[in-house]
Amino acid sequence: MSPLDNTTARAMASPRPLRLISRRTATYAVVLAVAGLVLAPIVSIVVTAWRGDAELWPHLAAYVLPVAFRDTALLLLGVAAITGTVGVGTAWLVTTYRFPFRNALLWLLPLPLATPTYIVAYVYVDLFDALGFAQRMLQAVFGIASPATWLINVRSLPGAIFVIGFVLYPYVYLSARALFQMQSAPLIEAARILGATRWRLIRDVALPLARPALAVGLSLALLETLNDIGASEYLGVRTVTLSVFTTWLNRSSLPGAAQISCFMLAIVMALVMLERHGRRRRGYGIPAQDARMTAPIVLHGSTAWLATFVCAVPVVIGFALPAGYLLHATLARGLLSGFDPALGRHAIVTVALAAAATAVTILLGLIIATAWQFARGRLMAACSNVASLGYAIPGTVLALGLLAPLVLVDEALNAMVRLFGGAGIGLLLAGSAAALVIAYVIRFLAISIGLMRAGFARITRDFDDAARLLGAGPAALARTIHLPLLRPAVWGAALLVFVDCLKELPATLLLRPLNVETLATYVYQFATRGDFEEGALAALLIVAAGVLPIMHMTGIADAAMAPDVEASSA
Amino acid sequence: MSCAAGGGLVARLVAGGLIVFAATSAIAQSDEVNVYTYREQKLIQPLFDAFTKDTGIKVNVISASSGLEQRIATEGANSPADVLLTVDIGRLQDAVNLGITQPIKSETLDKVVPPQYRDPAGNWYGVSLRARIVYASKERVPQTAITYEELADPKWKGKICIRSGQYIYNNALFAAYIARHGEAKAEEWLKAVKANLAQKPSGGDREVARDIAAGKCDIGVANTYYWALMLNREAERKPWAEATKVVLATFADGGTHMNVSGVVLAKHSPNKANAVKLIEWLVGEHAQHMYADMNYEYPIRSGVAVNPTIAGYGTLKPDSLPIAKIADHKKAAANLVDKVGFDN
Repeated sequence: MSPLDNTTARAMASPRPLRLISRRTATYAVVLAVAGLVLAPIVSIVVTAWRGDAELWPHLAAYVLPVAFRDTALLLLGVAAITGTVGVGTAWLVTTYRFPFRNALLWLLPLPLATPTYIVAYVYVDLFDALGFAQRMLQAVFGIASPATWLINVRSLPGAIFVIGFVLYPYVYLSARALFQMQSAPLIEAARILGATRWRLIRDVALPLARPALAVGLSLALLETLNDIGASEYLGVRTVTLSVFTTWLNRSSLPGAAQISCFMLAIVMALVMLERHGRRRRGYGIPAQDARMTAPIVLHGSTAWLATFVCAVPVVIGFALPAGYLLHATLARGLLSGFDPALGRHAIVTVALAAAATAVTILLGLIIATAWQFARGRLMAACSNVASLGYAIPGTVLALGLLAPLVLVDEALNAMVRLFGGAGIGLLLAGSAAALVIAYVIRFLAISIGLMRAGFARITRDFDDAARLLGAGPAALARTIHLPLLRPAVWGAALLVFVDCLKELPATLLLRPLNVETLATYVYQFATRGDFEEGALAALLIVAAGVLPIMHMTGIADAAMAPDVEASSA
Repeated sequence: MSCAAGGGLVARLVAGGLIVFAATSAIAQSDEVNVYTYREQKLIQPLFDAFTKDTGIKVNVISASSGLEQRIATEGANSPADVLLTVDIGRLQDAVNLGITQPIKSETLDKVVPPQYRDPAGNWYGVSLRARIVYASKERVPQTAITYEELADPKWKGKICIRSGQYIYNNALFAAYIARHGEAKAEEWLKAVKANLAQKPSGGDREVARDIAAGKCDIGVANTYYWALMLNREAERKPWAEATKVVLATFADGGTHMNVSGVVLAKHSPNKANAVKLIEWLVGEHAQHMYADMNYEYPIRSGVAVNPTIAGYGTLKPDSLPIAKIADHKKAAANLVDKVGFDN
C-alpha cells in the first residue's frame, strides 16, 4: 500500500465531529429500522402461531413431522455435499490454474443460478423419466429393452438432490471464488515450497481460509433449498416446507402452519449460530502487504483437459442441458412465431422490480455490514442478525406474514387522509408493487449482508489501524479503504440478489398487484398445469436476463483483482 | 461521497417508484372488476376478453396457486377484490370460513347452477365441472368400468399410480369417500390403495398416463381434461394418451366424483354490480362453451355440449353427493393421508 501523503492524512484527520455524529446516528437509525422491517413479518407469523391449534400437534408429531424432518435433513445434506464439492472445487480450479477454456468457464460456471430450480426439475423428469429422451436413446442405440431400470429415477430424493445441487452450487462457487481471489499468496507459496501436494494445499490452506465464504455460500444454497416447493413437490420429496403448506391449505390451519414455520426458523437460527460459534476468535484477514493473487499455475496435457472437463460438467448439467431443452421446446411449440405480446411487458416489469429491489438491498446491506464492523456492540450484532433472518423464511410464509403489517400501515395512511377530508386511497403499500420490492429486500438482505460481512472479514485490521493512526474516521475509512476492497463482494452480492429477484416466485405470486405478471409467475402458470413447455420462452427470458449481468459482473470482479495479478508478476 | 450520492439516487428512484406504484394500486372504478383467481391467467384470459367485449367492463387479474383467500382476508375492508375464482371445492369453503364472502343473490345463477354444485347459503357457485377418474392401460386392462372402492382390491397390487395424496384433487376425492363411507372405512380403503401403489406418489396427473404408457403401472387416478389436452394439444405427450384409456370411475352405489371450479363474491367488493354481472356471464352460453372446448371441462349449464373428445369417454353419471358435503371432510381426508403414510 502506498504511503499516505500529508494532505490526505490531514484531510482524514480534519475534525468534523457534528457531521460524524449525525452520520453515526443516521446509520444507527437505518440499521434499527431495517431490523424492524424484517421483524415485522416474523412477528406477524409468531402472532398467528400464538392463536393456537394445539390439537393439531399430536397428529403432526406422530405422522407428518418425523418423515418431513428426515427427508429435509437428507435433502439438505445431499445438496450441501454437491454444492460444496462442486462449488469449492470449480472455484479452486479456475482461480489457481490455467487450462483450456478456463476464461469461458469463468462466466459459464455461475450460469445455473439463472435457471429456476423447479424448471430444471421438470426438464430432467421429461428427459430421463420413463419414455423420456434419454431412455428412448438407450433403447434405440443400445437396444436395451427396459432402460427404465438403467437410469436413476429423477422423481425421488436422490433425483431432487441431484437437480437442486447442480442448480444451486453457484452460490458456493461465487463466494468461494471471491475469497480465493483474495487469498494470501505467501501462504500458498510457502505451502508449495514446503512440498504440499495439490490436495493438501486445498485441504490445509485453501479450505480453512475459505471457511467464512463457504459458510455463507452453503447457507444460501441450503436456505434456498428449504424455500423450494415446486421441485420437491414434483419430485415427491416431503419436506418440512411442504408440510407447512399442507397444514395451511389441507388441514386448514394457518396457525399450525405458522407454528411449523417458527419451529423451522428456530432450527435455522440455531444452525447459523453454531457455525458462527465454531469460527469465533479466528482471524481470516490477510496481512496488508500480502493482499495479492498467487501467480496461476499453467496446466498441461491431459491434466489440463481433465480440469476443463471437471468444470464443464456442472455447467452442462445445471445450465446447458436445461437451457437447451427450453430452446428446443420454444422452437417445437412455435412460441417465437406465436409470440405472446404481453411477454415483453412482463420482462420489463420483472427487470425493473429486480433492479429496484437490488439497489435497495445492496445499499442497506452495505450500511448494516459497515455498522456491524465498527460498532460491534451487542445491539448492532443483534440487528445485523435479525436483518438476515428473512432468507430463512419460505417465500409464501414471508408474504403471508408481510401482508398484515403492510395493511396496517395502509389503514393508518387511509385514516390520516380521511382526517384531512380526503377520500380513501386504497391499499397504497399492500396493493402496489411496493409490497413486492419490500418482500424482495427482506428476503434477500441476508445475501447482501452475508457477502459484505465475509468481505469485511477478509480485510485485515492492518489497514484500519494504519488509517486510524493517521486520524481517519469511520467514514473516511469506509470510503478510501473498505469500499474499494469490498468491490468484488458488492458486485457478487448485487448479482446474486438481482438474479434471485428475477426468479423469485412464491412471494411474488401472493403479493403482486392486479394485472402485474413477472416472468417467473408467467412460467409458473403453465408449470402448475403440468405443461411447462408452453412457458419455455418466458423461462428462457429469465435465464437471458440473468446471464447478461452474470457475465458482466464476472468481468468486473476479475478486473478488480487485476492490479494485484500484475503486482505479483512484477 | 459516491456512496452518499448513490444513496440519494436510490432514494429518488424509490420515491419515484412509489408514486408509480400508487397509481397502479387499484381503487374502485365504475367500469372495472377485480378478479383474484386460482385459474391460470392464460387459461382464463380469453374468457375475460370475451366478457369485456360483451359488456365493456375491464377485468383486472391476480392469479396465484395458493393463499388468495388469505390475502383478501388480510386486506380487509380496503381489499380491491371483487371476485375469487377457484379450481376446487376446498378453497371455496376456506373462503366462506374466513368470512370474506357474501351471498351472491342471483336468480340467474340459481336457475342455471344445479343445487348440488352450489352453497345452500349462496356464498359460492360452481361454474364448471371436472371429474376425477381412472386412466388405464389400453393393452393390459380389458375392463371398461371401475369403482373407487375397487382401487383397494389386491388384484391391483403394484399396479396403481397417483400423485400426492395431499394434492387438492386427491384431497377432495378422499373427502368424498369419507362422506360416503365414513372415516373408519375410508382409512381401511386408503391403506389398501396405498398398498397397491406401484411407486411413491409424485409428479402430476399427466405422469400417471406417462407411467402407465411406460409400463410402470396399469391404472392411475387423474382428472378428465388432462387426457384430452395431451391427445389434442401436446404433440410430445400424445403417445401417453394413446397408450391409455379413460375409465369413468364411480362409487359402488353412486356416480363419478365431481369437483367444481367455483366463484365467490368478496365481502367488501368495491365493484359489486360488475362482479355479479361477470359471475352470471360465466355461467352463460358463451362462457360455458369456452369452458367445454378450450379447457375440456364439463359445463355446469345444462344444454351446453361437452367437447367431442370428452364425449368419447362415455356417458358421465355424476355422483349425487352435494359438493358442500365433500368440503366438510377435507381436513379429515388430509389427516388420513398422513396417518396411513400415503405419500411416504
